[in-house]
Amino acid sequence: MKALGRWLPGLALLLLAGMAWAMPSIGLGPRKPTNWPAIVTFLACVGATLWMTRLATARSRSSADFYAPGGGISGFQNGLAIAGDYMSAASFLGISGLVFVSGFDGLIFSVGWLVGWPVITFLMAERLRNLGKFTFADVAAYRFAQKPVRSLAAIGSLVVVLFYLIAQMVGAGQLVKILFGLEYASAVIMVGIVMMLYVLLGGMTSTTWVMINKAVLLLAGTTLLAVAVLWRVGFDPDALFARASELHRLKDALMAPGGLIKDPLSAISVGLALMFGTAGLPHILMRFFTVANAREARKSVAWATLWIGYFYVLTFIIGFGAIVALIGNPAPYFNGGRVAGGLLGGANMAAVHLASALGGDLFLGFVAAVAFTTILAVVAGLTLSGASAVSHDLYATVLRRGKATSEEERRVSKLTTFALGVIAVLLGIVFERQNVAFMVMLAFSVACSANFPVLFMAVLWRGCTTRGATLGGYLGLFSALLLTVLSPVVWESVLAHPRGSAPFPYASPAIVSMPLAFLAIWLVSRFDRSPRAAQERALFQDQLIRSETGIGAASAHSR
Amino acid sequence: MQKHAASYAQIRENPRFQALVGKRNRYAFALSALIVCAYFSYILLIAFRPDWMARPLAAGMTINLGIPFGLGIIVLTVLLTALYVRRANREFDPEAAEIRRQVLK
Repeated sequence: MKALGRWLPGLALLLLAGMAWAMPSIGLGPRKPTNWPAIVTFLACVGATLWMTRLATARSRSSADFYAPGGGISGFQNGLAIAGDYMSAASFLGISGLVFVSGFDGLIFSVGWLVGWPVITFLMAERLRNLGKFTFADVAAYRFAQKPVRSLAAIGSLVVVLFYLIAQMVGAGQLVKILFGLEYASAVIMVGIVMMLYVLLGGMTSTTWVMINKAVLLLAGTTLLAVAVLWRVGFDPDALFARASELHRLKDALMAPGGLIKDPLSAISVGLALMFGTAGLPHILMRFFTVANAREARKSVAWATLWIGYFYVLTFIIGFGAIVALIGNPAPYFNGGRVAGGLLGGANMAAVHLASALGGDLFLGFVAAVAFTTILAVVAGLTLSGASAVSHDLYATVLRRGKATSEEERRVSKLTTFALGVIAVLLGIVFERQNVAFMVMLAFSVACSANFPVLFMAVLWRGCTTRGATLGGYLGLFSALLLTVLSPVVWESVLAHPRGSAPFPYASPAIVSMPLAFLAIWLVSRFDRSPRAAQERALFQDQLIRSETGIGAASAHSR
Repeated sequence: MQKHAASYAQIRENPRFQALVGKRNRYAFALSALIVCAYFSYILLIAFRPDWMARPLAAGMTINLGIPFGLGIIVLTVLLTALYVRRANREFDPEAAEIRRQVLK
């Protein structure tokens, strides 16, 4: 196994190269010659990150290291890692794709995905650091009954992780498809295999470092793209917007709200999900436990906010740049060379095509590699948080009542990684035509309806009890899931029912499911007269002391 | 948890701790309310007055009110975060450290 582990990154790389050589340019649209300069650049960049993973593997030993690196991470570094985790394919490819298709509404996503961060900084990050250890379930379970709360947190995490994974798979599949000319399904399967290798090899230690490197690469790549876009219009944003609305089929409506989100309640619902979902993302919350103390946790979230804000301004510019550059010269980038034929590989690929339009094949290869590494790293983070939810919360605590060995826990987490990979590949194929930012918004809807209310109330409200938290959490989780299936994007686009037939007409379930969860937690806790509930309310004082002073807080995984 | 029970009992009675918690909570909730209000005024304008958001910033410009509004919120987010971190580093952290020192002595 050891020796195999040493050679796997190389093997994965060979696999990629072999695929490129063996299957040049199958797929929709006109046959294009295999783009070797782009592919070589791409492989070199991706290979470098896989190699780093291998280096880091040599140092990851205990299960603590597998989930979270050994506490030697500063606030600034962790801030970059959090930003790296957050700036996923959905943010980079998705938002620029959204702007490419519907203009102004892309900004709703940019702004919404950022405004959740200060709330996390002000109300949650430090408290979470002082109360938790591996997963956010540790926090929720501080004064509550372990079994029900951990089960809820684990299931909530898994659902969020899965939705999130689908979006990354779709992004990666389309990317590999246009770069290598593979069929979409085989592209997704190949991506799935590379991802599993990557996670199983490295664990969290390596993903933190890959995340930091990748965040720097992504910020550099998007800065270059945005500067190139602005340079072409003489650094006059108004000229960029004017030219874009001239070329785009929406004309002046491109700059107005309503291109994507058409009714007021959908706008509010999406707004809620974007803002509060962040505070319920298991792979993000996990990162608060990798620093030494609450002060570093606070610094890391603040740094992350800065990087993410900067990045979202860039994606907005890139989206408009893509409209100008690609629609202005449609022949190489659209099916059949006509705008009406649709963008090659789908609208999610707007930023990638833009790179090729502005900087040729080498820049295409570089941006594609940045996007792919981004996806790879985010998927690793997601899969690990899903795996730790199952192995640490469900298996070790709920099933084995804390008697599982580190070895057993690790085996379960590897099995979960494998299962998650397979499911994500299958669903990635089903959701091929969806915008990846929109898909991730659905993950946020679930997160803000299940994980966030439980965590928020557990940490900040004295009166919260086990019964209230679990009932409210499950209610939020299942109502969010049900309404998502009944909403237009799944009911009409994926399940192929006629347009306008969706029983739940709004873009996101959050407007119903999030208040429902809070209300249920409050009501049930309020009327919970069990002796256990009284004990839990009494424990709030101790929880408060620990969350404020850090006395008794777990050290950053020195186990 | 047991091994810290004594410290916790001491802190519970400490008026400085209660004051710190109150001060920090007021500040944190006020800043959170600010960002929530700013963001939801933006979302509600998009929801109910999209025509207002689409109005050009100045005659002959394509940039409309919605774009500086959105970018302004991004800037506000970063500013408020910086404000909070500054006060927490300078005021809340030393205070909490002081309380810890008193107890663990």
